[in-house]
Amino acid sequence: MIDLHHVTLTFPDGASCVTAVDDVTLHVAAGETVGVTGPSGSGKSSLLAVASTLITPDTGTVTIGGVDATALDLAERAELRRTKVGLVFQQSNLIASMTALEQLLVMNELTTEWRRRARRPAARRRALELLEEVGLTRHAHKRPAQLSGGQRQRVNIARALMNHPALLVVDEPTSALDQERGTEIIDLLLRLTAEHGAATILVTHEPRILPRLASALQMVDGRLTPLLEPLSAQPA
Amino acid sequence: MFVAWSDLRVAKGRFTLIGVVVTLITVLVTFLSGLTGGLVQQNISALTSLDTDRIAFSVPEGEPVTYADSAVTEAQAATWARQDGVRSVDPLGISTAKVSAGDRQATVTLFGGGPASGTDVPPAPGRVAITADTAESLDLEAGDQLRIGDASFVVDSAEGDAWYSHMPVVRLDLRDWQEITARNGAQAPFATVLAVSAEGADFTRADGAAGTSSEGLLTSLTALGSFKSEIGSLLLMVVMLFGISALVVGAFFTVWSLQRRPDVAVLKALGATNRMLTVDALGQAGVLLLVGVTAGITLTALLGALAGTALPFVLTPVTTLLPGAIMTGLGLAGAGIATRSITHVDPLTALGSNR
Repeated sequence: MIDLHHVTLTFPDGASCVTAVDDVTLHVAAGETVGVTGPSGSGKSSLLAVASTLITPDTGTVTIGGVDATALDLAERAELRRTKVGLVFQQSNLIASMTALEQLLVMNELTTEWRRRARRPAARRRALELLEEVGLTRHAHKRPAQLSGGQRQRVNIARALMNHPALLVVDEPTSALDQERGTEIIDLLLRLTAEHGAATILVTHEPRILPRLASALQMVDGRLTPLLEPLSAQPA
Repeated sequence: MFVAWSDLRVAKGRFTLIGVVVTLITVLVTFLSGLTGGLVQQNISALTSLDTDRIAFSVPEGEPVTYADSAVTEAQAATWARQDGVRSVDPLGISTAKVSAGDRQATVTLFGGGPASGTDVPPAPGRVAITADTAESLDLEAGDQLRIGDASFVVDSAEGDAWYSHMPVVRLDLRDWQEITARNGAQAPFATVLAVSAEGADFTRADGAAGTSSEGLLTSLTALGSFKSEIGSLLLMVVMLFGISALVVGAFFTVWSLQRRPDVAVLKALGATNRMLTVDALGQAGVLLLVGVTAGITLTALLGALAGTALPFVLTPVTTLLPGAIMTGLGLAGAGIATRSITHVDPLTALGSNR
């Protein structure tokens, strides 16, 4: 699960400052998917950057799986992302030189810790299971260039789930896909989120997706407001 | 090195290209080192094999100390021999001469007298010791006659390898050398230098007393004009090749790192540490350098074996493994500087990046 508590993030803009995230408080429980929509420039990407610990807010706290990310240094935040956060990028952002299987296995190789060697057999089993779950067993040894857009996005999702994340941060996963493939990906995401018990924040521009989520919020000028049923969101 | 290996497997063309460049530079460096070693050996091996601690020169005041201009006297030798701590003083005469056997001729360096060289002692009067190379070129063997000017000598031994100033050395008795030098019309010197073996001697005092200028055996090599300029030029070339190698590897990994920035941003966003990414990138450079340098050394060894005696080429760990190790170290340093940019990649760029 994730808790954002009175989070504010500003960026310098010439002589002044732009408030990208304005006093946002948000709670997403394990297994729950919260959708965030809003116009371009409203602060959705900044919210995801803060939630995924890629950036530290000016004020407020971000707690992921019980760990206060705002109190951590750069290396500790990297470890938190590695162990508790799954990132599903807008574009699949797969590494061109790796096969689908290796895109998942790399999640076990992101440190120089010796114990990663001992974890390799388990990581391989986990990767193969996840590829099966996303229907890509037959494509495990294909590189991104040999996969379709939908297949690449499935690998992207499987990679995000590789390390049993407490939080899944999903950034417009269907933007590069046609409607049919987009629906498949959303179905897959919702199913896997529920099955794996991850708290999921999903940013999307597609209104048709929102009714299927536990709650949906709208971001306007850095502020979160309820869009449908604000089950767990508390706009500031 | 998970990422590094996948890159190496997939970007074969790119890595083969830079690997071939590393191999060729290694061949250049090691071949030049081998040639340098060979040329050095042909310049000084007769001196470095002498069983002595110090060489005493005597040159006119104000003149630079060189083997070519040195001429020591018997009195100077006697003064050195009287010094405390001096075990032995062996006058050594050095000159160039033409030697002949039948209708064959060769230009050699004569070493008259001097200390032992390993197990070889200077021959008895009327006898000479020639190298295997001279024996082959003059078609001589032990017991044959060799002429130096109008004097005839018996070949005492025809083996080994001893060079001075790129000429094979013929060793003979000091008095024979003095006679040959006198017959050439020059004022007969007693010897060219004194080879001194000593322990705990005061060399400054000995030099002052004898009017000589002495140097340790190795530092005395700088008194060989051709050696200093030759080794200087060759080493400069080797050093420049080392620099080029570091620059080439550094430049390749700079471009490679720039191309990898989007991937690095994704890996960092996923939780990769800077340490992991740096170790991975340096590991990749290490593999590339190891393969390239090993291939280069192997090629040099093959070329050196093919060159045989046609070139003054020395194939030893010092001329192959040492330059190879230096190249690998410098290449890694170049790659290390180039891959520093990896640590500055902002993982935030992976979010919403359009690739």
